[in-house]
Amino acid sequence: MKTLSPFKSQALPQRESAVIQEDDIAETFSYQEPLTKKPKILIIIPAYNEEKNIGSVLEGIQKQSPGFPILVINDGSSDNTEKIALEHNAEVISLPYNSGYGVALQTGFLYAIKNNFSIVVQMDSDGQHDPENIKDLLEEIQKENCDVVIGSRFLSAASYKTSLARHAGMLLFGNIASLICGQKVTDPTSGFQALKGRAIQFAASDNYPPDYPDADFIILMKRCGFKIKEIPVTMHASPNKESMHHGHKTIYYVFKMFLSIFVTLLRKSPKR
Amino acid sequence: MPPRIQIISILICVFLVSYVFELVRRKHLSEEYSMGWLITGTLMLILSVSEGALKWVSGLVGATLFTSTLFFFGLLFLMVICLHFSIRISALTKQVRTLTQHVGILDHEKKVLERKIHQPPWQTGTSSLEQI
Repeated sequence: MKTLSPFKSQALPQRESAVIQEDDIAETFSYQEPLTKKPKILIIIPAYNEEKNIGSVLEGIQKQSPGFPILVINDGSSDNTEKIALEHNAEVISLPYNSGYGVALQTGFLYAIKNNFSIVVQMDSDGQHDPENIKDLLEEIQKENCDVVIGSRFLSAASYKTSLARHAGMLLFGNIASLICGQKVTDPTSGFQALKGRAIQFAASDNYPPDYPDADFIILMKRCGFKIKEIPVTMHASPNKESMHHGHKTIYYVFKMFLSIFVTLLRKSPKR
Repeated sequence: MPPRIQIISILICVFLVSYVFELVRRKHLSEEYSMGWLITGTLMLILSVSEGALKWVSGLVGATLFTSTLFFFGLLFLMVICLHFSIRISALTKQVRTLTQHVGILDHEKKVLERKIHQPPWQTGTSSLEQI
């Protein structure tokens, strides 16, 4: 009698078969250079309670960059973020509890390495980042001598409005990063970035700051020899959300940034 | 040292050491973490019982009052143990973070496989990642 399930005789695609190998489960993820010349691109979006924005963000990406796989990392949301992302045909990794922006983002990098993606574009889920700029980031990252492309709101002709304290913080840490890196860093807090190859592996390693990847990580990457570029991007004011660095968190942010930059300079540069 | 504070100090140290043993016996405290408490409790007990030892240690740290010596070492121990716990908490936080990420990824892979198994053969992948 003929079997009802056609899948029994079929080998799973390479990506899925890799999923169930014991080595993959037990061992730390390791990046392998992709065999094909065509880059495998993944867009990662960390999201925490973003049911109001995630739908429009995904629609915008699918309109501007159709065909690119999108991975939403649902960072323990208590609302319908996961449901809406799935309805919009995005893949969703749901973390069991709210772990923070950096952890969610790093989960995306780990996933990218495990599935051999060669380029990762990271963007925020609050609608601040314009999906139209994805192609600019991708164009720049695919050039030689470039490992990380940062979308800077301050290089763009359109002015970005923010609070005075926040702007002062960005300016301060931007200048510190510029001084240490020996190149102009105008927007170290930008979450709109593209990473390539070894830079993805580096971001998936222990070196990645788990709370707010910021100027400290840019400095660390630069010290490790990664090539970083900034390009102008449009950034909209977030309509439904307050900044990650609000209230008492601002004080912790400033303290953490100074300490992190200081110890980054004291440490021996890790291997790429 | 006034006899009253000496008796109180001895009683506290005896209670601490006994309680730590009891916690280890009931498996409420691991051997690893009991060591610091037992060593400190025993040392404090020796200092409380033997006035000669307390006098010698007080001379060593330059304390004029014997009770100050006991407070000094008690405080020093608390500082060391707090730092030790901060280091342990940092390590545990890191481990939980890594586990969280792996659980999230594995759960996602499980869902992808389930989707594949339950999908009718005439349907191709619907999600954006399955299209690649």
